Amino acid sequence: MKYALYTGCVAKGAGRELLTSTYALAGKLGIELVELKNVSCCGAGVITEDNPELADTLNARTFAIAEEMGLEILNICGTCQGVMKKAQAHLDKDEKYKNKINETLKEGGHEYKGTVQIKHLLTVLSEDFGLSSLRSKVTVALDGLNVAPFYGCYLLRPSELSDFDDPDNPTEMEVLIETLGGTSIDYEGKLKCCGFPSLMMKKKESITMAGNHIASAKKEGADCMVTPCPLCHLSLDPYQPESAKEIGQELDIPVLHLPQLVGLAMGLKPKELGMQKHIVSTKKLTDKIGC
Amino acid sequence: MSETTFKIQRFNPEKEKEPHFQEFKLEIQKGATLLDCLNQIKWTQDGTLTFRMSCRSAICGSCAVRANGHAVLACKTQASSLTRNDQVTIQPLGNMEIIKDLAVDLTEFWKKVEAIKPWLMPDEKETLVFERTQSIEEFLKIDRASTCIMCSSCYSDCCSMAVDKSFLGPTALTKAQRFVEDSRDKETISRIKELSEDAGIWDCTHCSECSERCPTEAKPLDRIVSLRTVALNNGVTNNNGARHAKTFVKSIKSSGILNENTIPVGSMGFFNIPGLLSLIPVGIRMFLKGKNPPLIHHPMEELDDVKRIFKKFEKR
Repeated sequence: MKYALYTGCVAKGAGRELLTSTYALAGKLGIELVELKNVSCCGAGVITEDNPELADTLNARTFAIAEEMGLEILNICGTCQGVMKKAQAHLDKDEKYKNKINETLKEGGHEYKGTVQIKHLLTVLSEDFGLSSLRSKVTVALDGLNVAPFYGCYLLRPSELSDFDDPDNPTEMEVLIETLGGTSIDYEGKLKCCGFPSLMMKKKESITMAGNHIASAKKEGADCMVTPCPLCHLSLDPYQPESAKEIGQELDIPVLHLPQLVGLAMGLKPKELGMQKHIVSTKKLTDKIGC
Repeated sequence: MSETTFKIQRFNPEKEKEPHFQEFKLEIQKGATLLDCLNQIKWTQDGTLTFRMSCRSAICGSCAVRANGHAVLACKTQASSLTRNDQVTIQPLGNMEIIKDLAVDLTEFWKKVEAIKPWLMPDEKETLVFERTQSIEEFLKIDRASTCIMCSSCYSDCCSMAVDKSFLGPTALTKAQRFVEDSRDKETISRIKELSEDAGIWDCTHCSECSERCPTEAKPLDRIVSLRTVALNNGVTNNNGARHAKTFVKSIKSSGILNENTIPVGSMGFFNIPGLLSLIPVGIRMFLKGKNPPLIHHPMEELDDVKRIFKKFEKR
């Protein structure tokens, strides 16, 4: 199995433990990753605000480069995945628009043909690698661990473009957690917004949003949360002390990146997965599963 | 055909302290909408069950409720599509006070729609031959927003609204886009300035719940993004949201990938001392754990091609 890895900006910046754990997990599972180093940011829904066609052009360039490599794109960021699926839908549904964008790409020697598949790691693990193969590689079962999945908006919505599971009743993370031996927790904030996009505009409201979701996971008995989006992670982990203060409740819930949770079950050590970088200590949960 | 359990939230604030659930069993007839089922329950099991309805044709926007936690238009939704393990949970819309059972108080909702001045403000001095006409292209800019039926489904599930009741919200902002981008309206700049203030376009958190719940083609998030584009294109940028977008784009233009270190000062403004001070604790926390973005930012490879694309768009 071989993919073109789109790291996204956060995995190279404030969430480098996501990249560390992705490589560690891929190595363990024998998934070959070729990192796309000559592609730009997906725009995170922000460049679209400045100029929608510019955002689609930058993404089309990324798609074209992956097509030239003959590989599917693997995203490890839920936001990148959602933004790219949206851009791809814009291009694929309008031939004239696609041709216009290809005119811009042409000078750089690229052309988006429309053949590339864009997948999030979650789907690659669940569908391409397969749950039974994953189950057979579990060495540290997450027995007795209550895990609260936090999907993040971009992977789910808008569902007409995201092409992911059932946006109102997704099960991909739940099934994966159960496959690893853990118990998936259902809670009120599971499909809601982490608040990250408004952190710089409305900090109080943003950290309240995150705090409410963490509190609802805690109320249902979660030992930890897991997210496929590093932007959600930034909101749920580094800002958790502020969120706790804002909502007036003790939280102290560790938040894992998806490959960290899977990696633990595959026998990787917390340090190999970059878990020492988390703001909320993960010791309680690693002690619980004995790693 | 098996019976479905409708778990319906009941509440009479005049008699009860808090809402409770009541279960009704009903056989869902083939083709029955959720509204058909609510009517059946009201007519045959409990006449006191309260909900709004009118047209039964997905045009009046009265019958929106939450089914299994998400806003839906009851008359447009097949009841059978909602059942899970022969059960469906029905609640009133969110982000609003309950009047009784499934009927919510829409006062604040309408106040916000009125606040955006939902009427055309054309140039009154313009000499008209017959009427103010639009080209097809001009009409298409406001066509989607015009399909909004004010059902308040988007308002109900809005994540920003859940933590800030002052937010104008997706319905009012969709209505605003319909006038801001109307070629016949001459108040674009004054409108977008007002909409850029606190509780306006930059308070949306991009969660897409509004577009997901919208039963028409209005798709509020796209309209809010469109308003943000108007603000940026017209230099209405003296706020954190617009500054954030500008800083973000500038970073991608100069290095292809985001330099997260530039975002706080760029968004809040250099002289926003309280805002920047409020970020110091999280900054220190992250630095001590080695979680801060690298101090030396490395640009992407083949940056020249991305710079060329940016230049091409600047020339247009």
